[in-house]
Amino acid sequence: MKELVILSGKGGTGKTITTGAFASLAKNKVLADCDVDAADLHLLLKPEIKEESDFLSGTEAVIDKNLCNECGLCRELCRFDAISEDFTVNPIACEGCDFCANACPQKAITMQRNPKGKQFVSETKFGPFVHAKLGIGEDNSGKLVSQVRKKANEIGKKLKSDWIIIDGSPGIGCPVIASMGGADCALIITEPTMSGLHDADRIIKTAKHFNVPVKLIINKYDLNPEMSDKIEDYCKSNDISVLGKLAFDKTVVEAMVNGKTIIEYAPESEISNALREIWNKINTEIL
Amino acid sequence: MTPRLFDSKTLLLTMIISIASGKGGTGKTTVATNLAFAIGKAHILDCDVEEPNSHIFIKPEITSKSPVYIPVPEIDKSKCDFCGKCAEVCAYKAIAVLKTDVLVFKELCHGCGACEYFCQKKAIKEVNRTIGYIETGEKGDLLFTGGKLNIGEAMAAPLIKEVKNRVKLQMTNIIDAPPGTSCSMIEAVTASDFCVLVTEPTPFGLNDMILSVEVLRKLHIPFGVIINRSDLGDDKTVTYCEKENIPIIMKIPFDKNIAMAYSQGKSIIEALPEYKQKFIALYEDLKERIE
Ligand code: SF4
Ligand code: SF4
Ligand code: SF4
Ligand code: SF4
Repeated sequence: MKELVILSGKGGTGKTITTGAFASLAKNKVLADCDVDAADLHLLLKPEIKEESDFLSGTEAVIDKNLCNECGLCRELCRFDAISEDFTVNPIACEGCDFCANACPQKAITMQRNPKGKQFVSETKFGPFVHAKLGIGEDNSGKLVSQVRKKANEIGKKLKSDWIIIDGSPGIGCPVIASMGGADCALIITEPTMSGLHDADRIIKTAKHFNVPVKLIINKYDLNPEMSDKIEDYCKSNDISVLGKLAFDKTVVEAMVNGKTIIEYAPESEISNALREIWNKINTEIL
Repeated sequence: MTPRLFDSKTLLLTMIISIASGKGGTGKTTVATNLAFAIGKAHILDCDVEEPNSHIFIKPEITSKSPVYIPVPEIDKSKCDFCGKCAEVCAYKAIAVLKTDVLVFKELCHGCGACEYFCQKKAIKEVNRTIGYIETGEKGDLLFTGGKLNIGEAMAAPLIKEVKNRVKLQMTNIIDAPPGTSCSMIEAVTASDFCVLVTEPTPFGLNDMILSVEVLRKLHIPFGVIINRSDLGDDKTVTYCEKENIPIIMKIPFDKNIAMAYSQGKSIIEALPEYKQKFIALYEDLKERIE
């Protein structure tokens, strides 16, 4: 079983569209959406939820006004400015570090654990799908990502799947690190722009830092062929294989509007053929 | 209520406008930088510290670069009696106390300070761990402050906080926020006078925008929406905004020239000068909404 994570560094480069295409093309796989802050893959896969569980992570301080004598110690100690002048805790700012609860002489502070999101195991026409919804404004997305991946791997092992295909999150921080650590391949989708190159460089370095093998796709390469060449040169000098280049195509948006993967919506289009070729390469290069 | 950094009544000229988006790649940086160029005299703060891009368009002359740290414990084993208290109070399991050793897992430490406070033997000293750095610079009348997270670093929020501490009084501050609705985004938009949500009129764009809307409502930050590539997609975003009473403050149709300019690191204003007036109008509109 191989784990393939699709990343973009910069968001909005076509990561989910590509994952959707692979969902159509790959056989015997489990799909996972690890972009838990902005999960979109379900819009293409139309999951039927089979299993739902609460995501519990982190805690928040709560001050019992009856016990508190307003000594002010907690406010002084809290490094995250989470306690107001009238000694109420701002749950969004609270990091759940327990410092105040351990320090309060009146034992007026308790740490409470609230459900912060939900994790789903679903059935789709493409196979099993693990996804999640993080509560509004909750942190700890990294932990939720790890849980989603773990669940997808469990299912994959049970079903003897060939692939775990993961839609990763943008950026290079906590959720991204959680999406890609230990994966067999990080596939980066980038665009031929200055920012695209800059962001790809940062995500590639992050993948290297965690020893994850990297491959790359250039999306909308024809918007700036010159920059596209530059990215290819960059990849060559960094020993990264460019699996393919996709042309800008409005059909992609149409497919999305219709809630379909590009392979379903326009199976014979140029872009679908290009994605098919890329998928075949992934099969021979990784599996 | 969210804490305000500054009271705009007493400091009329200090304004904080954050530019955010649920989904990445919708044109957040484009709006932030073009708005700054149109205003002429402004301060742009890049809080998208994981993938900062504003500098590509602003091209500031960098005048200073300083590291940002979080405090992490360092154990003086000659003073430590391995009592285990520090490990007990650490909510993130960043310390493990063995029989004759104490291990600190620095990447897990949030720098809360509890271990140092509770160590009876005064065996813990806090030292700095660099998580990224901040660059400041100028481009004509534009001031630039940008954070960059180190590669392999998970903790973005403390760096964003540092960037935000550089907000300048008596001028317009434009914050380029990270995408999504995570703690990083919240850190970046908190205390803004107004938040501009940049979206694209596609199912993905709308799905992610709705999440941002919920966050901004929870934070009590007034906001409006800019629809980028407004002719590529469907009309559900407009319908949603109308139903929810969310002002659509600008629409930017898809234009290959804009895409081309963007790819070369150029502003829209440079490529299509007629946009200067549109961004000035946007600024006037934002000012009115804030007052
Ligand atoms: S430390 Fe305890 S008693 Fe003191 S102000 Fe905080 S909650 Fe109240
Ligand atoms: S748990 Fe930590 S972050 Fe939360 S209020 Fe207490 S000291 Fe502050
Ligand atoms: S609390 Fe202090 S004395 Fe106890 S194990 Fe930790 S460092 Fe050592
Ligand atoms: S500073 Fe806080 S998070 Fe870091 S090791 Fe000490 S107790 Fe744990």
